Amino acid sequence: MTESKKETAQDSTILKVENLEVSYGGIQALKGLSFEVKAGEIVSLIGANGAGKTTTLRAISALVPYKGNVEFKTKSGTVTSLSKVQQHEIVTFGLAHSPEGRGIFPNLTVLENLVMGSYSRNDKEEIAKDLERCFVSFPRLRERSKQKAGTLSGGEQQMLAIWRALMAKPSLLLLDEPSLGLAPLIVAQIFEIIKDVNKEGVTILLVEQNARMALKVSNRAYVVETGKISLSGTGKSLLDDPRIVASYLGGH
Amino acid sequence: MDQSHSQEFIQHVINGVSLGSIYALIALGYTMVYGILQLINFAHSEVYMVGAFAAYYVGSNKYLALTEHQGVGALIVLLIVAIAACSILGVTIERLAYRPLRKAPKLNILITAIGVSLLLQYSGQIVFGSDPKLFPEVIKDVSLFKIGGVEVHSLDVTILVVGTIVMLGLHFLVQHTKIGIAMRAVSSNEMVARLMGINVNRIISFTFILGSSLAGVASVLVGLKYPKIDPLMGMLFGIKAFVAAVLGGIGSLPGAMLGGVLLGLCEEMVVGYISSTYRDALAFGILIVILLFRPAGLLGSVQREKV
Repeated sequence: MTESKKETAQDSTILKVENLEVSYGGIQALKGLSFEVKAGEIVSLIGANGAGKTTTLRAISALVPYKGNVEFKTKSGTVTSLSKVQQHEIVTFGLAHSPEGRGIFPNLTVLENLVMGSYSRNDKEEIAKDLERCFVSFPRLRERSKQKAGTLSGGEQQMLAIWRALMAKPSLLLLDEPSLGLAPLIVAQIFEIIKDVNKEGVTILLVEQNARMALKVSNRAYVVETGKISLSGTGKSLLDDPRIVASYLGGH
Repeated sequence: MDQSHSQEFIQHVINGVSLGSIYALIALGYTMVYGILQLINFAHSEVYMVGAFAAYYVGSNKYLALTEHQGVGALIVLLIVAIAACSILGVTIERLAYRPLRKAPKLNILITAIGVSLLLQYSGQIVFGSDPKLFPEVIKDVSLFKIGGVEVHSLDVTILVVGTIVMLGLHFLVQHTKIGIAMRAVSSNEMVARLMGINVNRIISFTFILGSSLAGVASVLVGLKYPKIDPLMGMLFGIKAFVAAVLGGIGSLPGAMLGGVLLGLCEEMVVGYISSTYRDALAFGILIVILLFRPAGLLGSVQREKV
């Protein structure tokens, strides 16, 4: 990440989304959405329920078909158009995705969930080190490693979901609603982890309904409204923007 | 008097467990495919039938003369032949018939499975002939030892040993290897499994190979125990194995094993103590009772957990 400072602004772009269009049946969920993420940033997509935030992440991970272009700078530094590769290859390029609703495998043990996170990797020793890092950072997962993941509490499941994604050793992590359904104290912990992960060099694209928390940790943010970007700016500037305050922060 | 009763009972138990482990092997194929695709692969019973014929042709080939070298070696050759034939057929069916319908409503693919099953049954009659064939005797059925006055025969021992080894191997593979965990992950949540970089198509193919291989093993064991084989042999046996899978809880591997052995035992007891006329009625009776009172089966989860 230190290198990215030397590079030009253009070169430090890790993800570039252009004119993204997604339709479900006859309904157009995304109507030409564009944004970009630079290496080392935390970028948020905020917006109301159904605005198209989750669909955007799903399109990036090629879970839904789309029109438009998604370019990603892989770990090796080459820029690849993600629509032109096999879906299962994407994670090997360094893009991990922790889905909405956590998506842990409830019938698999905690350890098996983490092993699946590293499915795309073959470097056994490095995987073992990352697993150890996970267990040190969140000892509860070590204690419960043999337990079925479905028996964990909501907060623990979210930690597991984030760590499972990190086990892929991504350069860019997509996080979909990590605070959903969690108690405020746990939400604060989750956001601490997001900041820590980012400090270790992982770029983060965050989708959140909890706009206030998201904007506080983000370098930049985009507001998604009915399938398009309606506003963008730094996290701080949006926090003070009266339009945002009125629509998303519940203030007056 | 009493002793002959208990001897008879032990004999029935041995027969029942031996038949049941064959049901279990086939039931595992149904249950694994169901676990991954939520599809009842009705063509599975015909995969099993083709395995028996592949083994028959190799086993009765004059030049290979396997029946003159009876024993474990010849058995292994037949097992490999049947496994190979079944795997190839199973994967081909998935590739040509099921994969194009992956995104279609579940009913379409179910009807396709029935169609493939019928296609194979009747093609089998054209290719193999509809008259029954005599499966080559590669293991001589001799009395090996006695338990409580009951003679234990080499075929039953073979079936139990092979069945146990195969099921233990499967258990290890599914529980402790990366691809086994990936199979369970795909079964649990396919979309999330994709996000892990799991090539779902490859896992599905692998599942078909695995299930079909077990059917191949079962086909050889059945051929040895009930040596008359014909192109429709899969129909009844397959449906019974399916009942075993439902009895244990479809989607559950230990359930399929338990369901298979239980069904084998029940059938044998009905034949031994009531009448062999009711043998087939029993399996379907069990199916009806299970569907009425415990639709998830003995070991099946009541509902798929989704978080």
